[in-house]
Amino acid sequence: MLALEMFRSLPRTVAGKAIGGRMPGILSGYAAPLRLVTIQEPRVDRPGWARLRTRLSGICGSDLGALSGRTSLYFSAVVSLPFVPGHEVVAELLEDCEDLPKGTRVVVDPVLTCAARGVEPCSACADGQTNRCERITVGHLSPGLQTGFCKDTGGGWGQQLAAHRSQLHPVPEGFSDEQAILIEPVACAVHTARRAGVRSGDRVLVSGAGSVGLFATLALRELTDAGEIIVVAKHAHQRELAREFGATEVVAPGEVLRRVRRATGAFQLEPEFSSPYLLGGVDVAVDAVGSKQSLETALQATRAGGRVVLSGMPAAADLSAAWFRELEVVGTYASAQGDAAFDQAVELVATDAVQQLAKSVASYPLHRWREALDHAHAAGRLGTVKVAFDPRSST
Amino acid sequence: MSRPGFVLEVDDRTPPLVVHEGLGFRLESFPLGTRVVYPPESIPAVPDVDEAIREALLHPVDSDPLPTLLFPGMRLTIAFDDLSLPLPTMKAPDIRGRIIEHVLTMAAEAGVDDVKLIAANALHRRMTAAELKHIVGERVFRSFYPQGDLYNFDAEDRANLTHLGTTDKGEDIEISKRAAESDLLVYVNVNLVAMDGGHKSVGIGLASYKSLRHHHNAKTMVHSRSFMDHKHSAMHHSAWRMGRVIKDTVKVFQIETTLNNNVFPKPFDFLQKREWEWSVKDQATMLGVRRGLAVAPQKMRHKMFHDMRSVYGLTGVNAGEVEAVHERTLAKVHQQHLVEVQGQSDVLVMGVPYLGPYNVNSSMNPILATCMGLGYYFNSYRGQPVVRKGGAVILYHPLNEGFNQLHHPSYVDFYEEVLAESTDPAVVGEKYEQQFAQDPWYIHLYRTSHAYHGVHPFYMWYWAAHAMDHVDEVIWVGADRRAAARLGFRAATTLQDALEMASGTVGSSPSITYLHNPPHLLADVR
Repeated sequence: MLALEMFRSLPRTVAGKAIGGRMPGILSGYAAPLRLVTIQEPRVDRPGWARLRTRLSGICGSDLGALSGRTSLYFSAVVSLPFVPGHEVVAELLEDCEDLPKGTRVVVDPVLTCAARGVEPCSACADGQTNRCERITVGHLSPGLQTGFCKDTGGGWGQQLAAHRSQLHPVPEGFSDEQAILIEPVACAVHTARRAGVRSGDRVLVSGAGSVGLFATLALRELTDAGEIIVVAKHAHQRELAREFGATEVVAPGEVLRRVRRATGAFQLEPEFSSPYLLGGVDVAVDAVGSKQSLETALQATRAGGRVVLSGMPAAADLSAAWFRELEVVGTYASAQGDAAFDQAVELVATDAVQQLAKSVASYPLHRWREALDHAHAAGRLGTVKVAFDPRSST
Repeated sequence: MSRPGFVLEVDDRTPPLVVHEGLGFRLESFPLGTRVVYPPESIPAVPDVDEAIREALLHPVDSDPLPTLLFPGMRLTIAFDDLSLPLPTMKAPDIRGRIIEHVLTMAAEAGVDDVKLIAANALHRRMTAAELKHIVGERVFRSFYPQGDLYNFDAEDRANLTHLGTTDKGEDIEISKRAAESDLLVYVNVNLVAMDGGHKSVGIGLASYKSLRHHHNAKTMVHSRSFMDHKHSAMHHSAWRMGRVIKDTVKVFQIETTLNNNVFPKPFDFLQKREWEWSVKDQATMLGVRRGLAVAPQKMRHKMFHDMRSVYGLTGVNAGEVEAVHERTLAKVHQQHLVEVQGQSDVLVMGVPYLGPYNVNSSMNPILATCMGLGYYFNSYRGQPVVRKGGAVILYHPLNEGFNQLHHPSYVDFYEEVLAESTDPAVVGEKYEQQFAQDPWYIHLYRTSHAYHGVHPFYMWYWAAHAMDHVDEVIWVGADRRAAARLGFRAATTLQDALEMASGTVGSSPSITYLHNPPHLLADVR
């Protein structure tokens, strides 16, 4: 079968580290450790597992981070190279999988939990917090935090992959593939909204209006009693979408602190040779980008004792505010099966706003992967929220 | 003998005329038939300033002489206008300092020990020590500032404000506690234009937001026609009502001064001459200045203009009872500024210069430029506006100086957030004024830094409310298009383009009047 494979390449990884942060687009050309290959279909020889044919697989910010060398080496211990990326997957079963008959259209919860690995449930999995699984490097699968980072399961950027029943969620009737591909990222946003711990009337800042930020905004608006939600958006279409998804106010990156200060009556300080920060600010800030600037903005705009949620994969940043202002910095990774995040995500994806958004999903065949990655890198500028691969397509 | 102001009608022989535009000026060829209103030339100054001051203090109007009002053990407060007057800043020694020295001398002779000097800056920014020193003079500054007896008024210092009551229209009067509780309050003003002085001095200069909000609002401004004519200005009516209540409680000894039109010192004095009378030297200077301005970076142009100090002549000093003094003051101001203009025109053209009351040593941001053009200059009339109802105003200013973050922090938010939503003075006032007025950060900056009060940009916008209500079209020549659009106006590259753009409102052959100021003028429109 055809698949895009991420492989180990020291020169390309070093190149990525050196310039990936500044010129990520270059790496999608000839320097990315990615290749289009013909490989064996994933083997399925354990109960609860089945093969799936990919219909659509999204390109996530974490995929781009890995390909452009921006991802921390922290994660090198929880992946197994070479692997086929793609963890936002809508696919159809090629064979029966327990209660799901062959041909069922499913979306994949990519976390490879104890159940998928065939080991006794760890305490987190036993508690339903499957995204916190402590056995992601053991069991009968190679290390891999998710489908799309494990060499044994394959990923959505290949024509086929393997998945465990515990990972599968049937796609409701009437959902298009483009709609379905948004379920997994929306499930992550549902989890983000829970982790944000928003109380009634809280003022929330969402830094970033890519898919992560937009879906977080939607989930915060629909699932919490947040008061004002201020979204930081760079591009015009992002501003419009943010408002549609529930933002009270949308601001440009350069004016965040000023707007938050005005909205909250906070005091602004100007440290020497450093960026300004607020004494006071929003109750909760969600970093939905993961860049140093975005994270520091979230930290600097949150009131003392407030909460900063790391929704994007975070870059190194100055954490002085977290210490000085006694901020609660919480991570939010994937989604937990115990919280039924996918079920809620299905409901959110059925809303008009997301249905409209699904129509703008841009899909590419595998052999046009360079174009696809270029497009994904420049998605914000080009007015796209989600770029995906369609391995069935040849044009 | 100085010549009065007059109205020139542009003909074939009229040379290009100076039009100010921020940190520069241009020579503009106006269409034939354009009326150009020139201010009167500088009227003669008093021959002996010290003698005039002494005379005013010893023979005041409707008041006992100052020395008889002073006695040992009394509390004496001397308040004075801040750096927003005069414009440009006066070359040292400032007339206020000279008057204060005379007052202090008399106070010392009377054995008065308890003396405080307060800059009546209302919601304006706190002046720096250097700025205070420039106004009061080195000797007074050295004697009072280090002890804390010379200071800026703080309209947010709740412990040092006194509520004197309300007017019959329910307007609060809250002013400086020290001023209100003094045995005598001496107010020293510079009455640069007709709107200054009178009950506006104490009633506004030493008042808090609680008082100011009654007359500094869109509704009052729309009904101030104009605020350069206090008898027809709703803002002044309110200030006068307050002033009469203050008068019942506080003994005020008002000292008002008037200046002539010597606005531009050498070598810029050609700017206050009539263009066809420029000597060869004037023309050479003009060319040199223009060439220099064309190549100089903005920072240098800013320094060049803002370092200018005017050698005004004192045309009058009157002291005594507020209203009686002000009548005399206005007569002198009118003598210097009034120009008779017959009838209104379709288009009013004005050049907005580098300086207004609120950007001394600072930047003329787009809001201040609007205030200057549509506020102060548009309202420089008596009788009726120079432009007809539904006409067009054409202003010159690049609107590109940006914002001074130290002096105008709330202006940035007003520009980015408030004007993005609406440019209607009444609408923005209703929705946002309280938020800005009560913002603790703006209050903190006003009290401890050198920032205008949070509500100040609203006041600037209100100043322009009458003009916005009166005309249908406002076009800025040579302005940054984005800035003009944010303000709710349009930008044109040339006067011809502006007239073309305005033709939908005023037709293709409109009557045009150009107010050739500065120096200041007051159009008496018949």
